[in-house]
Amino acid sequence: MQRSPDRRRCDSLSPARALKSGLAIAALCVIPCVSIADAIDMRPGVTELSQRIQQIHHMSFWVCVVVGIVVFGAMFYTMFAHSRSRNPEPADFSENTQIEIIWTVIPVLILVGMAIPATSALRDIENNEDSDLTIVVTGSQWKWHYRYLDAPISFYSLMATPQEQVQNLQPKGEFYLLDVDNPLVLPTNKKVRFLVTSDDVIHSWWVPDLAVKQDAIPGFINEAWARVPVTGVFRGQCAELCGLDHAYMPVVVDVRPEDEFDAWIEEQRLAAELAGEAAVAARAKTWTMDELLPIGEEVFVTHCATCHERDGEGQGAKYPALNRGVITTGPIEGHIDQVMNGKAGTEMQAWAPQLSDLEIAAVITYERNSWDNALGDIVQPLTIYEAR
Amino acid sequence: MVAHVETGHAPRNRFIAFASRWLLTTNHKEIGTLYLCLSFGLFFIAGAMAMMMRIELFEPGIQVIDPLIYNQVLTLHGLVMVFGAVMPAFVGLANWMIPLMIGAPDMALPRLNNFSFWILPFAFLILLSSLFMEGGAPNFGWTFYAPLSTTYGPPSTDFFILGVHLMGISSILGAINIIVTIVNLRAPGMTYMKMPLFVWTWFITAFLLIMVMPVLAGCVTMMLTDRHFGTSFFEAAGGGDPVMFQHIFWFFGHPEVYIMILPGFGIASQIIPTFARKKLFGYHSMVYATAAIAFLSFIVWGHHMFTTGMPLFAELFFMYATMLIAVPTGVKVFNWVATMWRGSMTFETPMLFAIGFVMMFTIGGFSGLMLALVPADVQYHDTYFVVAHFHYVLYPGAIFGTMAAVYYWLPKWCGNMYDERLGKIHFWTATFAVNLTFFPMHFTGLAGMPRRIPDYSMQFADFNMVSSVGSWLLGLTQVLFLYIVIKTVRGGEKATDEVWEGAEGLEWTVPSPAPLHTFDTPPVIGDGDHR
Ligand code: HEC
Ligand SMILES: [Cu+2]
Repeated sequence: MQRSPDRRRCDSLSPARALKSGLAIAALCVIPCVSIADAIDMRPGVTELSQRIQQIHHMSFWVCVVVGIVVFGAMFYTMFAHSRSRNPEPADFSENTQIEIIWTVIPVLILVGMAIPATSALRDIENNEDSDLTIVVTGSQWKWHYRYLDAPISFYSLMATPQEQVQNLQPKGEFYLLDVDNPLVLPTNKKVRFLVTSDDVIHSWWVPDLAVKQDAIPGFINEAWARVPVTGVFRGQCAELCGLDHAYMPVVVDVRPEDEFDAWIEEQRLAAELAGEAAVAARAKTWTMDELLPIGEEVFVTHCATCHERDGEGQGAKYPALNRGVITTGPIEGHIDQVMNGKAGTEMQAWAPQLSDLEIAAVITYERNSWDNALGDIVQPLTIYEAR
Repeated sequence: MVAHVETGHAPRNRFIAFASRWLLTTNHKEIGTLYLCLSFGLFFIAGAMAMMMRIELFEPGIQVIDPLIYNQVLTLHGLVMVFGAVMPAFVGLANWMIPLMIGAPDMALPRLNNFSFWILPFAFLILLSSLFMEGGAPNFGWTFYAPLSTTYGPPSTDFFILGVHLMGISSILGAINIIVTIVNLRAPGMTYMKMPLFVWTWFITAFLLIMVMPVLAGCVTMMLTDRHFGTSFFEAAGGGDPVMFQHIFWFFGHPEVYIMILPGFGIASQIIPTFARKKLFGYHSMVYATAAIAFLSFIVWGHHMFTTGMPLFAELFFMYATMLIAVPTGVKVFNWVATMWRGSMTFETPMLFAIGFVMMFTIGGFSGLMLALVPADVQYHDTYFVVAHFHYVLYPGAIFGTMAAVYYWLPKWCGNMYDERLGKIHFWTATFAVNLTFFPMHFTGLAGMPRRIPDYSMQFADFNMVSSVGSWLLGLTQVLFLYIVIKTVRGGEKATDEVWEGAEGLEWTVPSPAPLHTFDTPPVIGDGDHR
């Protein structure tokens, strides 16, 4: 979306007009160049800083191009002019203090010229003060969690691209791998501060169009900020290798006008209240197997199947099979404990913070009564509530 | 019956003789050959892993290898290329050439030399065997950041740690040997400032190795104790610091990247004067620039960590220090161009590879300079732009440098000339393929593709397809290289002692092929000039 200005510039150079004006050759060169330049350039992004960063990128790129033309030009020239056939007698010089000083000093000056804008941009990037809104971003294998410090809102954000697309069973959508269930919603024109941390390994929260890339490190809280002047949906990905599904933890930021953002906050507040009421209702009810199994299957497919696989057979030694598993066919307390609290030091995380009582009850019931497992026991949400 | 036994004996004896010759050899040339062969073999193994990754990356979606395997292949590709292909290749060249270039009869510590080589095959056996272990091979990238490699690492991580320790011991012993040889065994009259540049660059590289390999050893030992002995060096939950891991790793890691390029600088500085038929321009400034790069390599490690939340002043310091490296590196490139200037050049395969090295290494240097600018690094970091950058300095840099050296010195080693026509085909196809593979990665990186992912979104599809095709072609060209080398070793036009008409230096005064023992009586270097 933010690229549309460039596209328009490209369109205005339509071949017909160019031909008419008698610049056929020039136009034929320029048109592909403009559109290719668009495809191969750093993304300009939508914030003041991201655009400044793109300018710094352009500056250093063109410095390199000019230096490259000089150096490679000299090399090609000498290869051509001083080959043995053209220059049978080699010259006999191997030192020239003057020129050596010149080609030491000139690069220093160029570097100083590049360092100045970089330093000033960096100072602004690192200026996290005076924010209007603070959001805690927590990475964990392989999802993001967002918590608004100024409102009682927090939620997980998981990739929404279905496994069928990954496995090439369905055509891939436009936002293949870049779609999430719950995007981070931000208001326009507010300085938003991100506090970035992690629950397990190191991740990196990156939205190219906002020029924010901040490592999420366990035990550390890193700061970054963005002020987005336009509305739109901006997509990025985890940028630090974080294990199996590193490719599958996208970041989606949905920037809305301020009034819409306020309305969204209100909506979320209400939804949280409703969820609370639903949880109370779920606890009060005694669920049957037929009610729990479909819920459990859905939870399993979204949250557990990446590691344990749909058929419950796991993957090698690292991700244990749940079909005929020791714990999934063992005492029910152990099973509940494993799912709610995870297992420290492994990729099996605690699910209690992320899933509701009903979801946990349903997925455990599902695991105990699917594939070859047929224990016949049912876990009620109330049990989970009490175990919390 | 008797005859039967005898015929059964002969090959067995021959085998024992063969095995003990290579197992027990203390000859620098034979050990050099062993290093080069090992490196060549591991180069193909790690290369095959790269091909596998490029097969998976040919299209979006998961086709051939799933993420579980992808991460293992990715990790081993990096580790084996760095520690198995590039470093042993350079050590092999050092073994062969340093004694020949300084007029020494052998390395100063021949038994240590044997030991440092024979550790390596076992180190890599251990590392590669992890592929077949329960839980799979290491899967955390060659940078093995904690806690992914400690708390979350697979059981085979301990074998990885052992392997790294062994490689480290081998490198340290090798480096000590090189330093002792250069300090003590130079021919009479060869002052430091008369040493060939390949010897100089290796001399400095050896010091880098001695200084940083123990840091790597400390790093993996801390991992080991974190994993098994209850310490929390890198474990935040126990009061440790995962960022400290990165500081320690990159304090080793940055000098390491210069370890992988300085000998290449030395090789280019040997080859370009030979084929330009003109003395190396600015010998002294070449030596000082190498030393300056080595020094700077110790104070720039933070540029790998600009997104970890470093304080502003640290970011500024590392940015300025990193930019400074461009100055001595520039001096080197200008000196090579000045060496060619008004020379009388011919373009045999070693010269082509050396020129390719200079040009494409410079491209990698350019992207390195761009990466140094912290604001822009926020966008480049951990994307394919970085992958493009370091492959440009490593493939057409370190590896083309090694290939230039092989073409240059192979006639001296085996006494036969290589096939010039095939050599040129190799150069041009490899150059084409290298650029086809790695240049588009700049674009995918700028467009926002993170590195180390087995699957990517649709916008990156076109360039990835190009890269994949390029990489397969690149793999094929190296099969051609293997063929050329084998063909040359087995026969061909006989090489003269001097081999190249413009070549100067002691290595060209001994016969081709170089006999097992050379310079039993040291040559005397007159007051004539150095090269
Ligand atoms: C990130 C990968 C991952 C995800 C996602 C995951 N698990 Fe696990 N799970 C593991 C690992 C690894 C273990 C083995 C832990 C150990 O070493 O004991 C495990 C173990 C288990 C066990 C015990 C199996 C046994 O016999 O030891 C159960 C039950 C289980 N997981 C249930 C779940 C449920 C339910 C979900 C979804 C809500 C889930 N897991 C999601 C990785 C995962
Ligand atoms: Cu991640």
